[in-house]
Amino acid sequence: MDIQKYISSGILELYVYGALSEKESHEVSRVLKKYPEIKTEVEEIEKSLLTLSAAAAPNNAEHLIASIKNKLTNSTSTTKAPSVTPVRSINWITYSGWAASLLLLVGLFIFFNRTNELREDLQAANARNVQMEEQIANARENAENAEELLAVIRDRNVKRIPLQGQQVAPEAFASVYWNTQENTAYIDAKDLPEPPRGKVYQVWSLTMQPLTPTSIGLLADFETDDNKVFSLENQNQSEAFGITLEPEGGSETPTMEQLYVLGTVAAP
Amino acid sequence: MQQDALILELQNGNERAFERIYHLYSESTYGIIYSIIRDEKIAEEVLQDVFLKIWDKAPSYNSDKGRFFTWILNIARNASIDKIRSKSFKNDQQNLKTDNFVDILEAKTNFSEAVDSIGLKKYIEALKPVCKTLIDYLFFKGYTQKETSEELDMPLGTVKTRNRICIDKLRAMVIK
Repeated sequence: MDIQKYISSGILELYVYGALSEKESHEVSRVLKKYPEIKTEVEEIEKSLLTLSAAAAPNNAEHLIASIKNKLTNSTSTTKAPSVTPVRSINWITYSGWAASLLLLVGLFIFFNRTNELREDLQAANARNVQMEEQIANARENAENAEELLAVIRDRNVKRIPLQGQQVAPEAFASVYWNTQENTAYIDAKDLPEPPRGKVYQVWSLTMQPLTPTSIGLLADFETDDNKVFSLENQNQSEAFGITLEPEGGSETPTMEQLYVLGTVAAP
Repeated sequence: MQQDALILELQNGNERAFERIYHLYSESTYGIIYSIIRDEKIAEEVLQDVFLKIWDKAPSYNSDKGRFFTWILNIARNASIDKIRSKSFKNDQQNLKTDNFVDILEAKTNFSEAVDSIGLKKYIEALKPVCKTLIDYLFFKGYTQKETSEELDMPLGTVKTRNRICIDKLRAMVIK
């Protein structure tokens, strides 16, 4: 077996994660016992991961050991067998009295438990109801949003301008729905990558000859916007639209090296 | 070898061995749990439950199936996921955070002495976005290779090799 190749395949990392199938893990365990080099490799991976996950802990948790130890079920403790006492004459009346009260107690206990169970069921059902109501409210809101978007797209005064990905992000894509009557541009930015921290997308309206970019706004709160559709005011006689990545707050002029998408408005 | 002996002692119900195991693994386990639960108090509770389970179930651990650390990881992730799916938790935490271990490490200031915090922060800073996602899914969240491949639309083999590249620098930093 080519040990180096086996190691560099990356299978050992997945083994330590527990990301392999049971069968694959078994196989790695077997190889591990055979080749000390591979075992060392696994131990190093494990050590790194231990460090990484330990660093994510709020504190070192040493203080919890005492309370955990108190709860350990002690497997070594032995239970004494109850000593047997010889049976003597039986006083039936006393016994039946005890039996009756015992029965009553058991009955009460069952009744009490049942009531508690019902109460818990009721609480659980109430909690579920609240969740359902929230889900319905969310769904309704989503539907309203979708309807609003549809209305925007269907408006006869709307031009759709597809913006294609540029050099920095060839796979990016966006669309502008420009309502020339209401001077509003809706930017559908679903296929733009999430901007890195501290950066923001800025939308530009462009006129050609000479090339003049005018900012029409930022795609604010990009990460948290669910539908990634942004509405911006655009009073310009735009001939093209472009989106660039800019430092937080936006820029006066577009950073052309960070031009993500660009598209021209079709002549009427 | 030492490690194997320790695990054997634990399986035999030796409390001293349990303490050693706790010392070796509790902080990492806590990190995994906290990265899923994001609530210090609840994560502490789950950590306690996880170690009680480790004590109770230790005899069922078998090194043919995988590393002892991996076995603990699985117990910890499952317990955490059960917790966040539970009703009481959902009611308390309406807005579950979507960020991952990177955000925890970036925000953290009080590292224990054993951790090279500067090295670690540098490592995190230089980590590619795809690496962050891979490590988050595969290590912290416990996705399988297949699930990760489907989720990221990345071939199975690529998941394996990419992830190794992501972990390499971490190793260089930890093992000097």
